[in-house]
Amino acid sequence: MILKLIDFLRDRLKLVIRLSYVGLALVVAWDVLFVSKEHAHTAVERIPGFWAVFGFIACVVIIIVSKWFGHRGIMTREDYYDN
Amino acid sequence: MITNFWLHPSLILIVGAFILPFLPKWLKRPYLIIVPTLAFLDVLSMQGQNGTFGVVRFLDWYLTFGRVDGLTMVFAYIMTLMCIIGTIYGLHVEDDFQHVAAWLYVAGSLGVIFCGDYLVLFLFWELMAFASVFLVWFRRRPESQAVGYRYLLVHTAGGLALLAGLVLRYQATGGDLSFGPIGVGSPSISTYLIMIGFLLNAAVPPFHAWLPDAYGEATVTGAVFMCAFTTKTAIYALARAFAGMEILVPLGVCMALYGVVYAVLENDSRRLLAYHIISQVGYMVAGVGIGTELAINGTCAHAFAHILYKGLLFMGCGSVLHMTGKSKFSDLGGLYKKMPRTFVFTMIGGLSISAFPLFSGFVSKAMIVSAGFEVHNYWAGFLLTMASAGTFLHTGLKVPYFIWFGKNNCSQETWDKAADPPWNMQLGMGIAAFLCILIGSYTPYLYNMLPYQQAAAEYHPYTAYHISETMQILLFTALGFFLLIKKLAPEPKISLDLDWFYRMGGRGFFWLARRPIQWADSCVSEGYRYVGLIPLMTTAQFWSWFDWNAIDGVVDGLAKTVRGVGGLVRRAQSGQLQYNIFYAVSFVAVALVLYVFA
Repeated sequence: MILKLIDFLRDRLKLVIRLSYVGLALVVAWDVLFVSKEHAHTAVERIPGFWAVFGFIACVVIIIVSKWFGHRGIMTREDYYDN
Repeated sequence: MITNFWLHPSLILIVGAFILPFLPKWLKRPYLIIVPTLAFLDVLSMQGQNGTFGVVRFLDWYLTFGRVDGLTMVFAYIMTLMCIIGTIYGLHVEDDFQHVAAWLYVAGSLGVIFCGDYLVLFLFWELMAFASVFLVWFRRRPESQAVGYRYLLVHTAGGLALLAGLVLRYQATGGDLSFGPIGVGSPSISTYLIMIGFLLNAAVPPFHAWLPDAYGEATVTGAVFMCAFTTKTAIYALARAFAGMEILVPLGVCMALYGVVYAVLENDSRRLLAYHIISQVGYMVAGVGIGTELAINGTCAHAFAHILYKGLLFMGCGSVLHMTGKSKFSDLGGLYKKMPRTFVFTMIGGLSISAFPLFSGFVSKAMIVSAGFEVHNYWAGFLLTMASAGTFLHTGLKVPYFIWFGKNNCSQETWDKAADPPWNMQLGMGIAAFLCILIGSYTPYLYNMLPYQQAAAEYHPYTAYHISETMQILLFTALGFFLLIKKLAPEPKISLDLDWFYRMGGRGFFWLARRPIQWADSCVSEGYRYVGLIPLMTTAQFWSWFDWNAIDGVVDGLAKTVRGVGGLVRRAQSGQLQYNIFYAVSFVAVALVLYVFA
């Protein structure tokens, strides 16, 4: 059953991707239009779609900074510690 | 000697562990389930009976083995529950000693959770280290031995810091060894030494490198136990003694981000998960540092949720390793067709750790972050939120994608071997997955166990704002992942971490031992040969002649007997250092139990 579902979705990959974009847009739209910001802790969180931008930037920064750090000599061959 | 009738759950596990090897084969499987279940029921029976139990007089001290209160109960509950799940997952393992080591290890953790003073704490603290190292050694690869010794040495160093701290504290307080809030307002050198002992077990950088080193090398079932107990026991100890210690907030935040950075670089799935333990424990350490009622509740809740979802993730990746023999992303990929159930279970673990609504992390992690924002520690709040984007990026996306989808890097042999694991492993994963969803979907289950009930009742995770915030962060992290997926393709490399210093430092020591010291040693031996050995040999020759001609006849019979006995003893001695330590540790544990409870 799991297998059938995954294959079903993989066969329609383009559609799934499009629907995912629609999903992203809907989440932001819901936040902008309906969600009350009275529980926000700081002023910046009142910017519409703040957390979406935050999440995206966080992800990109983490990947780029970590890879940059890794390629400064931290990542090395697998037999490094072998004698 | 026991004040009331109160049975220590560690005792059930220790006694249970020693009986196990003597049972007939058909009885073993039911027995493996019954013993941890009894320990769990024992903990359940203590609910609502707060107090002090199991006080034992030892020389001038009164040792407290059983302190029961809210903080104890939440940890004891989840640890005994995880012991059941872990044992079910390892039910197929026929090597009894793996189960014995795992149970003694859990017994060590529970001993710390229930103890009321530092002496008992130290005793069980060391039991934990010495029992868990076998879960690494039992992997039985050449490198397992080295990893195990490194693990043991690092933990011994941490144990010594702890011991030094408590000796100093004993002096300073005039003999007070009780284990409670340590007085974070006026820290002294002993406070810091004890804290270092705890921080090392919590894997706080720079004392963290033992964790990925050992958990990546442990046996499949051993890692499931290890990921649950050592760090969370340390979190319990920190929450008990160091609540409100401000330095823990920046340390925790750094930890949360440090684990995320190394997880990006990691090619081995279980080491990636290990780095994410560091990241997740960072939230708990920060929670202890914030120290408010909400923060301590959050720490307990997150530890509770973490034990289950991290156990589940280690079970998922462990299943892949168990079936295919591979754990590196560069040897795997595209396995959804062969291991669909394992994929679903691991995904539930991934969604839980990432704090998706309806999964366990959502109701636990946010408590700590909210507590940070509430005390106006905004940078901690934002950085921890950033780390949670990283969590989803790796554990929710990278792990499932590069094992079950992505480019198929499997060799033909790996592909042929891949399949969903035996029923007991699936059952273990199923129970953990069910609990992850239960905690996330029905909040009273977890919240009713938290130590500060009023703060727990006032906290509501399912507000529109919180759901919207979380969904935006997670879904846009996913967008970033798929846009940058090429950058994340697995690289068959290892990442150097701070263990470099002691691994390479150790080599420097060996070089010293081999070259200058050995040279000095051979000079001494050479000198000895001329001065001592040659006269000795001459004398020996004379005695040998005397022996041959005079005494032999008399002694011959006796010598034969001695040789026979010697041979028997030699056979009993397997000669492997691990086994010797194992027997010694077991012996100490038995002696302890007899002493305390006889």
